[in-house]
Amino acid sequence: MTAVDVTAPVHDNRKAFAEELMALAAADTRIVAVCNDSVGSSNLVEFRERFPDRLINVGIAEQNMVGVGAGLASMGFVPFVCAAAPFLTGRSLEQIKADVAYSQHPVILCGMSPGMAYGELGPTHHSVEDLSWLRALPGLDIVLPADRAQTRDAVRMLAAEPRPAFMRVGRHKVPDLPESSALERGRFQQLCDGADVTIVAVGTMVSRALQAAEALAADGVTARVLNASWIAPFDAEAVRAAAAQTRAIVTVEEANVSGGLGAAVASLVAALPAGQRVPVEILGLHDFAPTGSTNALLTHFGLDPEHLAEAAKAAMARA
Amino acid sequence: MLTTDLEQVLIWRAERDRIAAAEPAEKAALLAGRAQAIRRRVVQMIMTARQGHVGGDMSVTDILTTLFYGTLRIDPADLPKDRDRFILSKGHCAAALYATLASCGYFSPNELDTFMAEGSALNGHPNRVKVPGVETNTGPLGHGLPVAVGQAVGAHLAGSPARVFVVAGDGELQEGSNWEALMAAAHYGLENLTLVVDRNRLQQGARTEDTNGLDPLDARLAAFGCEVRSVDGHNHLALAEAYAPSTTGGPVAVIANTIKGKGISFMEDRVEWHHKVPTSEQADQALLELA
Ligand SMILES: Cc1ncc(C[n+]2csc(CCOP(=O)(O)OP(=O)(O)O)c2C)c(N)n1
Repeated sequence: MTAVDVTAPVHDNRKAFAEELMALAAADTRIVAVCNDSVGSSNLVEFRERFPDRLINVGIAEQNMVGVGAGLASMGFVPFVCAAAPFLTGRSLEQIKADVAYSQHPVILCGMSPGMAYGELGPTHHSVEDLSWLRALPGLDIVLPADRAQTRDAVRMLAAEPRPAFMRVGRHKVPDLPESSALERGRFQQLCDGADVTIVAVGTMVSRALQAAEALAADGVTARVLNASWIAPFDAEAVRAAAAQTRAIVTVEEANVSGGLGAAVASLVAALPAGQRVPVEILGLHDFAPTGSTNALLTHFGLDPEHLAEAAKAAMARA
Repeated sequence: MLTTDLEQVLIWRAERDRIAAAEPAEKAALLAGRAQAIRRRVVQMIMTARQGHVGGDMSVTDILTTLFYGTLRIDPADLPKDRDRFILSKGHCAAALYATLASCGYFSPNELDTFMAEGSALNGHPNRVKVPGVETNTGPLGHGLPVAVGQAVGAHLAGSPARVFVVAGDGELQEGSNWEALMAAAHYGLENLTLVVDRNRLQQGARTEDTNGLDPLDARLAAFGCEVRSVDGHNHLALAEAYAPSTTGGPVAVIANTIKGKGISFMEDRVEWHHKVPTSEQADQALLELA
């Protein structure tokens, strides 16, 4: 296993997102951006300068924003609908259901600054229910690129084959992943292998999972780390393999544990025949966050490498 | 939950009574002085927290002081069921609300130093479970007015004289929920409801009229059944007058024409100060100008 460089530079994925979107838009006039007074926070200032007609700012009106996106998609455009993730998903949930997923209008919903990236702005501004809410919608892809390269991949792939999709575009800075992590629709990436325990991590948690794996290795425990970058469609194969080849599974997401990644993994494992089931520990949020910075809140909810390593051991102890 | 600061409540009561008894010119001066003190406190809070929405805080301060030092039938030391209700729907301006509430004694003004600090009750957006005086949680725009309609209907049902005041941003009015709420307010004849629009003509990223224009706002509000009163939102006497009860038997909408960043020369009417933290030199200058 290659050592994690904890001093590696970290990046805000919104920049990679905007650059890729502009590069594609220059070549493909079908690409449009739709937003809610969020031009700056979505990093679309340059996009607006280059393609003024193709940036539709509907103002602070998220339900309208998603409906407008669906209309544009039905007219043959490829709309990237960009807004702070909590309002994009929560405020417009029914539009996402009826106008995007159920209608199968190929709208690419881009949830900016997800998870607890807004720290002290508080739970109204934390997008930690998005995975639970959106996982319930058939026909909607859910993509959580874990670094800059994956963010670019996601934009490129969704523009090339537009479909109803939600992607989280992270603001909380994360390091780039090893090269093996090119995005694939419906696939998790295995970032390192181990025989004892599998850690399934997503988004901001992936580099922390790699650090936890290192800490575990120092204690003689080998961990497989999976990056669940494309949650829907779900990579059941990777989870079944983890259950067959390692003794326990830990999932970790910057999201509420009700109905998110961990719930998806656990329900799949629970359906395995007796004898093939393994313990599953689900790490995430159980409550609205107190006041604090993103880092403080991640620690508050046990989403740090130390706690992850402990959770892995606890899961193995239940095997 | 923070607790009432009784000593501060006494100070607030005395000042409120003095303002009530004053002649118009003196009343205006007293309210203006109170508002400037709150603005200074907000700047200090934002400097300590290194975060906040200073522009909108400055534009809404006069609206808040006129309410809390005159109109609202409230008392932090005594929260009867039939008290008036106040909702700051533009919850991103929590700092201005917190500084106002603390000056009334809802909690100790010392708490303001913890604004947005780890574990503080004073989150970046107001939380009623933690902060007395906050009647409902806000932050996502477009929530305050529907809750206020519910409170106004509730007051009717309970036979309560409570009036309900809600302050919304002008950009915030782009959310459809507000217009749904206004339809209900007119339908139910909610003469006990007053919407105050902080009409500073800027929103997060640009001028409101360049984003998704609201004009003619007065005609639109009137068409939705409101009794519309358009005033200078930094004129305390005009505001106090505009908060007078309905004369039509329906909801009142006060368009308070304001300036974002009001009182700080380099912030006034500049969109970049929606949320930006001043440098320490800028803060010094701001505090000087707000003296
Ligand atoms: C539903 C929702 N969408 C977007 C935002 C992000 N946001 C916070 S403040 C703001 C601009 C508000 O403008 P306005 O209502 O005019 O307030 P003011 O200018 O007085 O600060 C935006 C878009 C939000 N808080 N809630």
